[in-house]
Amino acid sequence: MAAETIPPAAAPADERVREKSTLSKVLSRPEVGALAGVVIVWVLFAIVASRHNFISWATTASILNRAAPLGILAVAVALLMIAGEFDLSVGSIIGFSGMVIMVLVTPTTGGGFGWTLWPAVGISLLFALTTGLFNGAIVIATKLPSFIVTLGTLFAFRGVSIAVTRLLTDRTQLGQLDIVAGYGLAQKIFASNLNLFGSQFNVAILWWFVLTALATWVLLRTRAGNWIFGTGGAVDAARNVGVPTRRVKIALFMTTAFAAWLVAVIQVVQFTGADTLRGTGQEFQAIIAAVVGGCLLTGGYGSAIGASLGALIFALVQQGIVITGVEGDWFQVFIGGILLGAVIFNNFIRTRAALR
Amino acid sequence: MSTNGTALLDVREISKYFGSVIALKDVSMTCEAGQVTCLLGDNGAGKSTLIKTLSGVYRPDEGEYLFDGRPREFASPRDALELGIATVYQDLAMIPLLSIWRNFFLGSEPTKGWGPFRRYDVRFAKDTTRQELAKMGIDIRDPEQPVGTLSGGERQSVAIARAVYFGAKVLILDEPTAALGVKQAGVVLRYIVQARQRGVGVIFITHNPHHAYPVGDHHVILRRGRVYGDYSKEELGLDRLVQMMAGGEELENLAHELERAAGKASGEAGDDLARAAEALEREAKDPGA
Repeated sequence: MAAETIPPAAAPADERVREKSTLSKVLSRPEVGALAGVVIVWVLFAIVASRHNFISWATTASILNRAAPLGILAVAVALLMIAGEFDLSVGSIIGFSGMVIMVLVTPTTGGGFGWTLWPAVGISLLFALTTGLFNGAIVIATKLPSFIVTLGTLFAFRGVSIAVTRLLTDRTQLGQLDIVAGYGLAQKIFASNLNLFGSQFNVAILWWFVLTALATWVLLRTRAGNWIFGTGGAVDAARNVGVPTRRVKIALFMTTAFAAWLVAVIQVVQFTGADTLRGTGQEFQAIIAAVVGGCLLTGGYGSAIGASLGALIFALVQQGIVITGVEGDWFQVFIGGILLGAVIFNNFIRTRAALR
Repeated sequence: MSTNGTALLDVREISKYFGSVIALKDVSMTCEAGQVTCLLGDNGAGKSTLIKTLSGVYRPDEGEYLFDGRPREFASPRDALELGIATVYQDLAMIPLLSIWRNFFLGSEPTKGWGPFRRYDVRFAKDTTRQELAKMGIDIRDPEQPVGTLSGGERQSVAIARAVYFGAKVLILDEPTAALGVKQAGVVLRYIVQARQRGVGVIFITHNPHHAYPVGDHHVILRRGRVYGDYSKEELGLDRLVQMMAGGEELENLAHELERAAGKASGEAGDDLARAAEALEREAKDPGA
């Protein structure tokens, strides 16, 4: 090759670059902060609540059961945040998807359509994906910050669910899903319990783990993952080298909608009914979990495993407070403190380890 | 000019207007495989407009754009890229938080497997990144390190290596040395020479004649939207180039202006100005002194 005619730049081993230690390599992983958080919070409650049987399979099961739905949401929200966008409307999409199912299966005498369960589940998925597509399309078309756009759709979707449900059924809560045809299978897939070590683990935990693994694989080992990081890291540069940044964003808005739908189905089947207010506030919890898990608010950095660990911290605190008998009012103080602490910690790690 | 009729990229009498503003007027230039064409000009000379025209962002209002001897019209930079005309912009080349190997293949990731199991061929990407950068003489310590940790010169170099690897025949470099220190700029200049030796035609935009002269095979000087001169290296010394870039008569005018200002000002400040004016005049008449 002609390249050999000039000796390569004498490969100067730059004396200003220190060998990166294995420790700082580990510390530069985005999920490290959240992992440390899980350990700290768990140890804290293990000590404080030792009299209340915190270290037990029963407690572990109830923590994981709480973490699972939030984890499912947080993983999808994390992917979107890595691509540089927010979705505040996921909470509404949970309520919306659940109500679509319940309105469709409610007997005609009750103002519904009297369908069996599975077609209703399918149609609600279509509706949910459409809401995601809608969010994405508006963000792309208007170039507005997705924070504002989805703040708008957060209210709009919730309003539609309440208004239409009340219009058709005169109610805001619908129940008795367990007498609808198809419930038995749905119950097995979405809401059954696994009896391990004498404790009841929800099957939702499996869904959560599988989605986390899948999202991690996509992020780190597929083209789409590279595109997600690129889109969030520097959208113009990514577009310049041929990344379909719009398609990436729309697909991810649809992914968060899908996650919200899955959570809705799990809850509807579990509680054999739906409430128009279901999912309220979940959008913030999911974003908190993603941020605690190492996602940058500015995009381009983060991890699915981290977001899952963030959800786990959330559930640990929730359950820990219940078990220790601390007034539940303190829960939000705890979560707020952990969020701030995590962001400061993550910033510290990133400037110290990653960019060194 | 050193044209023998087989220039890879050949624009003829190109003009570009923005409303009443004449950004480019009758600009002609060529770039041949394995040669470096330097494009020099002060701010506002039309460099940016010209490279945007060459890279397919703008379409010329008049004139001909030939590539590989055939007239072309580009609807977008992608069309130009597909022909092998790659542009490396100063700031928009890389994604800082992404590792070097992910940056290198961003948008053109190699895959293996099939159907739903099609995945990013990570090992190939890492190995190739390392090899390609080594070919350009760039020694990266760790392809996992985020591009944000590289220096400005290294970042430009990785972008150049990437463009070459993905089959650039003509490489347009938009002021790659502008924001760099002396040593860093030297690193980038070395990679420009490397790219030329691998048979790539390089169009190197700069306003620094000291960067252009050592690597350029010929130099196109733009001023006020027109070609002020187009010289091969042989017909031009560095001193001439410096003088033309600075604009000899403009410097002289500036000297006179400063003298007049010195006349009005009094005391030490006036003396300082007068001395500065004298120095400028000397520079204008006898560059390189």
